[in-house]
Amino acid sequence: MKELSLNILDVAENSVKAGASLTQILLTEQDDTLTIEIVDDGCGMSADVVRSVTDPFYTTRTTRKVGLGIPLLKLACEQTGGNLAISSVTQEEDPVNHGTHVTATFHTDHIDFTPLGDVSSSILTLIQGHPERDFLFRHQIDGNVVELDTRNLREVLEDVPLNSYDVMEWVRGYLQEQYETLSEDSVHSGEE
Amino acid sequence: MKSLAELQAIKNRMKDRVVLRDGMEGTRVVVGMATCGIAAGARPVLNAFVEGVNKEGLEGKVSVTQTGCIGICQYEPVVEVFEAGKEKVTYVKMNAEKAQEVIEKHLKGGHVINEYTIGAVTA
Repeated sequence: MKELSLNILDVAENSVKAGASLTQILLTEQDDTLTIEIVDDGCGMSADVVRSVTDPFYTTRTTRKVGLGIPLLKLACEQTGGNLAISSVTQEEDPVNHGTHVTATFHTDHIDFTPLGDVSSSILTLIQGHPERDFLFRHQIDGNVVELDTRNLREVLEDVPLNSYDVMEWVRGYLQEQYETLSEDSVHSGEE
Repeated sequence: MKSLAELQAIKNRMKDRVVLRDGMEGTRVVVGMATCGIAAGARPVLNAFVEGVNKEGLEGKVSVTQTGCIGICQYEPVVEVFEAGKEKVTYVKMNAEKAQEVIEKHLKGGHVINEYTIGAVTA
């Protein structure tokens, strides 16, 4: 993956596939570390499955027997000296509070750190593909915050789909403005 | 600043507009967005279709959706075009420029761009 934002998109797609109604994408940049958390309320995974998802030869797909999403994210963080942690609670274990929590930490000053890239574009892609799901995106950069919660938008939009073009353009602008406000040298809002 | 009031105005404008939904007759453009597709550059391809379809005023006739891995990862980014009563067209090794061309020639003009289809491109 050329940008970590693509790994984020890829892993968040797993949350959607796990039936999550809300997927949280939380980025925290502090000093020389970046933490990416993807937290969902989907069906969760058993301890056995959690152990095997970092294995490139494990997948839930039936078309072929390799899955590379999590292994690629693991590689991206470990090559900077960071690490990947996954915890999960299945629906059977807890019918109310179930889901998966993926945490990847990166050392941004490492030469093998992959740039974050265009995270806004990944968020928009998720909304475009899954307008019926909710996403909470929060990007903290040294204490400043860029945030989008589709639940708030849904409240205003009622039955107008979130992936209507005009709505998506609004979201794009909304995120862009927040990034511009928070850093004049806007290294984090790179457009495609 | 973008405000929720602005979103409210969009809602009011949109609520009576007919938008193509799943299950309705029309052309479906399906972009593969699994790990393989994303790594190969599917995100800008999807964006190009979403933007292009809207700019050309095709949103009432063409829907753009995403799918998982269809098993031909070496050909990603893959885009399938489904038209009622016609055979499915599979475009492979796509990029944003080719997507633009597909909108222009195929979705608007009705002519399949054979050189971008799976039969014509080698992996």
